[in-house]
Amino acid sequence: MILAALDFQTFSDAIGLGAIYALMAVGIGLVFGVLRLVNFAYGQLIMAGAYTLAYTSSWPTWASIATCFAVVVALSLTMDLVVFRPLRGQSPAVMLVTTFAIAFLLQSVALIVDIRDSTLGQVTAALTFLNEPVKVFGGDVRKITLVSIAIAVGALVLLALLLAKTTIGLHTRAAAQDFRTARLLGVRANRVIAFAVVLSGLLAATVALMMTVTLPFVTPDFALRDTIVVLVGVVVGGIDRLWTATLGGFTIGFVSGVLNGLLPTDKTVYLPSAVFTLVIIVLLLRPAGLFNWGRHAAGERV
Amino acid sequence: MTRRLDPLVQLGGPVLLVVAVGLLSTTVSAANEVYFLNALVSVAIVVAIYVFVGNSGVLSFGQIAFVAVGAFAAGVMTVPLESKKGVLTTLFPLLRDHSIGNVPSLLLAAGLGGLFAFVVGLPLMRLSGLAAGIATFAVLEITHNVLQQWTKIGPGATTLSLVPESTGPLQGTLGAIVVIAIAFGYQRSRLGRKLRATREDPQAASGVGIGVHLQRLWAFTLSGALAGFAGALLVHQLGSITTEQVYLELTFLTLAMLVIGGLTSLWGAVVGALAVSGLDSFLSQAEQGVHVLGFKLDLPSGAHLAVLAAIMALVLILRPSGITGGRELRLPRAWRRS
Repeated sequence: MILAALDFQTFSDAIGLGAIYALMAVGIGLVFGVLRLVNFAYGQLIMAGAYTLAYTSSWPTWASIATCFAVVVALSLTMDLVVFRPLRGQSPAVMLVTTFAIAFLLQSVALIVDIRDSTLGQVTAALTFLNEPVKVFGGDVRKITLVSIAIAVGALVLLALLLAKTTIGLHTRAAAQDFRTARLLGVRANRVIAFAVVLSGLLAATVALMMTVTLPFVTPDFALRDTIVVLVGVVVGGIDRLWTATLGGFTIGFVSGVLNGLLPTDKTVYLPSAVFTLVIIVLLLRPAGLFNWGRHAAGERV
Repeated sequence: MTRRLDPLVQLGGPVLLVVAVGLLSTTVSAANEVYFLNALVSVAIVVAIYVFVGNSGVLSFGQIAFVAVGAFAAGVMTVPLESKKGVLTTLFPLLRDHSIGNVPSLLLAAGLGGLFAFVVGLPLMRLSGLAAGIATFAVLEITHNVLQQWTKIGPGATTLSLVPESTGPLQGTLGAIVVIAIAFGYQRSRLGRKLRATREDPQAASGVGIGVHLQRLWAFTLSGALAGFAGALLVHQLGSITTEQVYLELTFLTLAMLVIGGLTSLWGAVVGALAVSGLDSFLSQAEQGVHVLGFKLDLPSGAHLAVLAAIMALVLILRPSGITGGRELRLPRAWRRS
């Protein structure tokens, strides 16, 4: 009955947003799994990807996208080497606050390199056709929404296969379960962490590509707001396991989209209050995670 | 013998530091005074956060919500009546037709901050770990959203201006000292020690009969009251304020100050706040060019935030337990031996 009150456009947009958030949640969840580190600077990886796309917009589309992936993965690996590695084993509060500082650093660097002149073009102009609507089940849906959903599903399936079928995937899952025991059994810590960091970088670049199609105007705080919302979603869903974290990311995107459609027009300014009130209620009822069935909360963290 | 001096040193050190900053602010030009006042208000905010986060070990992103409530309550209530009816027309009549003085506004802010924290903490203090962090962050989001949109209780998304600028060197110094003294009194009290026991080992603490939920609630309420008070100091220093100034950036900056100083000590909170705001002031001066030890330091404009962030990250990577190591100030060993 509630769904009937929603028009198709709102519904599909909500799913599209949820799909993008799910990918970001995987990127954050993967790194958390092996490092126990909440990476607040994840949004700045996406921001760096978006800037790369903007600065290379005059290049052929494939070259621009390839550069975006290369830059983001390189930045992700650098972050691991320079920041995460020295912090390994530190208290979660210290790790989190350090990633705040890194996020601020990257944001202020973006502010300096962001010279608004002719070099900063429309992002991948070749892709803007994706904003056009198509008819699906008699309703208008933007092509990018369909593409986002398809990419998200594809990426998640690929990732699931990678984690389930390959040796390095097995090692990563073992490390996420219990890092010390996994190391004792011969899992190479640095390789597993590098694997997770590269994967999360690839996901960030993918998200950057999808987000710049709908938001072509890149700013230093690009994706900052989304990262915060996804971090909240990840914890609400259950950060201890990858799939609960992913589901949490999807849910908060989807629920924000649906609530936005449900609230009366003059009340939509109160959307954040509505979403975060729900967040508090869910956390109080299920502190270990909304989707974390049948397991007790892990001990005190942060 | 010297052990008896410990509390004196632990309280005296931070207070002396704050007094020194307050005195220094009177010797510099009016344009530079603002940096010192900023530092004093930062000390008040960071120590308020420390009362909960440092003593309980539970990370909260919500204390700036109480700063915001204090700042807007004190700000809205002290705008002079004659201009208030012109600029803040949408307020509830009770708020629009009355104004209060400086000191009552500080007390009002503390009271409201404490009350709000108590009401919020009642359910939320059952949480711990990341869930507590996210739930308190949700409180910040909701507070910011409501303050920004509801024009019956404040200026909404526009700037609140014409607030009397009563936080000068005197009020800044005294305000910071009051917050430090209360924080010190609390952490040495029975309640404070109980809470610190729950920080070290929640299971063992509840095993000896300490109510973890209740102890956290007291600290959260006290921290909220101090944060509200600090918010009032802030608004009286700035003279005008928007909701964006008491939101994400301030949350991250103040938490970074606390962690950089040393999360688990009052001395760390004070040192962290002064060190980071001092560095921030120095770097923004360096954008105009300053002379250091005979060298001319000239940062490109816009670079000061990048350098500040890089130094903060560097300190945390090299010294994760903070500048003070999370310990209170003690006399050097040579003095203690007597």
